[in-house]
Amino acid sequence: MTTPVIELRDVSRRYDGGPPALKDASLTVAPGEAVAVLGPSGSGKSTLLNLIAGLDRPDSGTVTVAGTRVDRLGEAAAARYRRDSVGMVFQFFNLLDDLTVADNVALPALLAGRSRAEARRRGAELLGALGVERHADAYPGRLSGGERQRVAVARALVNRPALLLADEPTGALDSAAGEEVGKLLTELNADGQTIVLVTHDLDLARSCTGRTIRIADGRVAEDGR
Amino acid sequence: MSALGRVVRAGVRRKRVQTAVIGLATMMAVTASVLGGSLLVVSSAPFDEAFTAQRGAHVAARFAAPPRAGAVAGVTDSAGPFPFGTAVPDSRGLERAPLALVGRADPGGPVDEVAVLSGRWAAAVDEVVLSADVPFAERLLDQEIRLVDRPGAFTVVGLARSVSRTADAWVLPAALPAPTGYQVLYRLAEPDRVDDAVAAIRGVGEVVGAQSWLVVKEEAVRETAVYVPFLVAFGLLGLVMSVLIVGNVVAGAVSAGTRRIGVLKALGFTPAQVVRAHVAQALVPAAVGTAVGVLAGNLLAVPVLAETTEVYGTGALGVDPVVDLLVVVGVLGVVALTAWAGAARAGRLRTVEALAVGRTPRPRRGRTATRVAARLPVPVPVALGLARPFARPVRALGLVAAVVFGTTAVTFAVGLGTSLGAVQTAREPDATDVVIGVRAPEGDPIPTGATAALRPDTDRAAVTAAIDAQAGTAGYYGIARRRAAVAGMSGSVVALAFSGDTSRSNYQLISGTWFRGAGEAVVPTTFLTATATSIGDTVTLEDGGRSVRLKIVGEVFDTRNDGKQVLVDAASLPGLRPTMYHISVREGTDLPAYLAGLSAALRPLGVEPREGRDGGFSDMLALIAGLTALLTLLLVAVAGLGVLNTVLLDTRERVRDLGVHKAVGMTPGQTTALVVASVAVTGVVGGVLGVPAGVALHSAVLPLMAEGAGTALPASAHAAYHPVGLVLFALGGLVIAVLGALPPAGWAARTRTATALRAE
Ligand SMILES: Nc1ncnc2c1ncn2[C@@H]1O[C@H](COP(=O)(O)OP(=O)(O)OP(=O)(O)O)[C@@H](O)[C@H]1O
Ligand SMILES: [Mg+2]
Repeated sequence: MTTPVIELRDVSRRYDGGPPALKDASLTVAPGEAVAVLGPSGSGKSTLLNLIAGLDRPDSGTVTVAGTRVDRLGEAAAARYRRDSVGMVFQFFNLLDDLTVADNVALPALLAGRSRAEARRRGAELLGALGVERHADAYPGRLSGGERQRVAVARALVNRPALLLADEPTGALDSAAGEEVGKLLTELNADGQTIVLVTHDLDLARSCTGRTIRIADGRVAEDGR
Repeated sequence: MSALGRVVRAGVRRKRVQTAVIGLATMMAVTASVLGGSLLVVSSAPFDEAFTAQRGAHVAARFAAPPRAGAVAGVTDSAGPFPFGTAVPDSRGLERAPLALVGRADPGGPVDEVAVLSGRWAAAVDEVVLSADVPFAERLLDQEIRLVDRPGAFTVVGLARSVSRTADAWVLPAALPAPTGYQVLYRLAEPDRVDDAVAAIRGVGEVVGAQSWLVVKEEAVRETAVYVPFLVAFGLLGLVMSVLIVGNVVAGAVSAGTRRIGVLKALGFTPAQVVRAHVAQALVPAAVGTAVGVLAGNLLAVPVLAETTEVYGTGALGVDPVVDLLVVVGVLGVVALTAWAGAARAGRLRTVEALAVGRTPRPRRGRTATRVAARLPVPVPVALGLARPFARPVRALGLVAAVVFGTTAVTFAVGLGTSLGAVQTAREPDATDVVIGVRAPEGDPIPTGATAALRPDTDRAAVTAAIDAQAGTAGYYGIARRRAAVAGMSGSVVALAFSGDTSRSNYQLISGTWFRGAGEAVVPTTFLTATATSIGDTVTLEDGGRSVRLKIVGEVFDTRNDGKQVLVDAASLPGLRPTMYHISVREGTDLPAYLAGLSAALRPLGVEPREGRDGGFSDMLALIAGLTALLTLLLVAVAGLGVLNTVLLDTRERVRDLGVHKAVGMTPGQTTALVVASVAVTGVVGGVLGVPAGVALHSAVLPLMAEGAGTALPASAHAAYHPVGLVLFALGGLVIAVLGALPPAGWAARTRTATALRAE
């Protein structure tokens, strides 16, 4: 067995005062795997994803991604980790309204210190691959939901991350657009991209991932390969 | 509690930083305003206030013998007769000018209450109280002085000031057993009719001299007039800036609450209730800030006003309650008004629109700026930050205004400090390292009468030889004084005849050149005005039958003796011998050792050298310097708070965007850089605008100060700014902006990304 890309051991996280959002969760994800995380609202899915992305830190347990102890990173190191190893896609796109599509996509590369030309080239390449290159100079506000999510995926991939994390990427899209995004993720996984997908949509989970993890009340309730 | 009260309470509690900023800004603004307002009040009628408070004498009459008792027409009150005499101090530390000595048992009384500034009143016949106006008086407290022609030594037990300037020194009446005259002090029913009163006073005895309070007032007012425009300018600056910043802060707070207003309206609040809630939300912290600010302002004003009162010789003054009241009402009024205006606007918005604020993208401004900035050869976070002001131009303008004010205040304050320092130096042109007073030759010194008592003349050649021989002497000059008349001018002038090297003196030319030999003269501005002459003209000096024609070659800054002076080379008035020597020592010379050495050398000649500088700044200048520093600090702090508030609103508004940046890998350092860069342009623009504004204010106020003093100012006072300094002040704008932006930047950098992304 290959070394896992993601390894969570007994991870717990509780937000101040409330019940634990995540309790002793453990899971591993192998390189090239596509995993869907399912569960009811409030069960802790986003919390799990945030911990993997280094956006948040667990109260206990360890989070290791590609050999890096993510739970131990300081803010600056976590930011560096994110831009080098993680691409994130959100339900509401989270594109920056005052940057053009091309600039949105190039931003992580520029933050990582890549040259403007290189960042643009890589961005254009991805926009082309995802079929939104004609919007490169438009602002996100002009795009449809499906197009925005493609742009978000392009931005997530610009630094060739080891990991693509998607939190309800189809949640704000109609079914047709949702299906397209699902197809896109399937293709990416076929090319070897490791993906963790949080969703409510069972069909989406089935169509583009080979493994489904169910979370309930902050615990991993089921891990089905 | 009512629903409205709940909303207000929640608003105050939830927006803690906002609330704190409103409170702090109000506090500092109020403190600055109380100080500024007090300055305005103090500067408006200091003499009149002091005169009223101390029941100043409208007429100080001197009689040859005690006058007959009885009512005098027009007189409401009188004090005296007090025995009167003159005495010439004969001890180190005091200038050898005659002192007017008055015998008074106590400083109080119905007329001319003398303010004892330090020490106490004389209680024994060998004790003396000096007027604080006597040069070097402070140093003599608790020391013994000798008076020429009077037996025994006197101990200086106190320093005092009479607003009517009725004496240079006071002793007990018993200490003047053989007075040369008697002083009686009068208050008049009609203070303007001094002449009539003097005529009536002549009816009760032989009046040998009468001093009108109007003359005293003119002199006092002229002395302080220099500072009034400064006080006014700074007071106004403090007031205006405080109002603007508080308005800015409150307006920002309200505009940031627009969405909340929408929510409240959706819940069923009427627009009027919404407005009331927001006004109250701003007023609660503002009221707390105002209370603290009034307290701080009044406390800070105590030492400031104490200094002022000492200068004017009044009793203790507090902050005028009217100032407190006006500031409180004014500042709270501004807060309420801005909050009301902003909330009313938001309250009028249709509920859906208000709710949509911050959700739907506004018409996007600043995209061009973003694109331009992206091409700049700077890191991405900096480029993103630089473009930021263009997205919110109105907010950016508010920020610029705050920085402009801060920079203006600093520039103006520093410039004035420099100018006042220069003026102060120029006001004491003979303040050299060491001075030697040599007793005046017969008939020579300024007031006649007391000089006859002086011992025989000193050998000038021996004095200069001793100075020359003393190691450390860099240069020196002697001044001989002589009263003389000038044709075409009423009264007399003092001719100052210089011998030796005057290059190290502090005489500051306003125009023209220094005299180069016999027949040339340099005169103060007032002299030119009084004689209607100008540089190049010739005046004739009449001096005891001798008539000297002098060509005016220069205009000098010299406010002594009301400017009734003529400065000439000793060769122009041959036969006069110096009464003062002014010595400059070489750099690095140990002054006390130099003094001791010279003192030993001069002792056989019966003269004594002393330090020539009166311990630096005058009280008034120290006061102004302290105030300037304090007000500048407050203004800069208020400006920084204004920046902080604006940046805080901005980062709050953009918390989601910042979260996105961080999610895609922006480090805390890069986030800080972004936020700080977002104020860089504003800071530089504000600095670049503020510096000329400060310089302009300085050059507008300076001539007013000069006018008040009745003289042109020397070039050294005008040249207050160095180009390098100006660049630094402009950069100061950037510093204010960056300091104000750092706290919110830190906040933005620290916010957990996950939290930021959850924020609406
Ligand atoms: N920043 C936070 N502060 C406080 N509580 C939080 C925070 N984030 C999440 N929670 C709480 O933690 C629990 C899990 O939240 P999480 O967002 O992980 O759920 P989720 O499974 O993603 O739900 P959904 O499907 O609705 O997105 C919830 O009860 C939520 O209220
Ligand atoms: Mg979620």
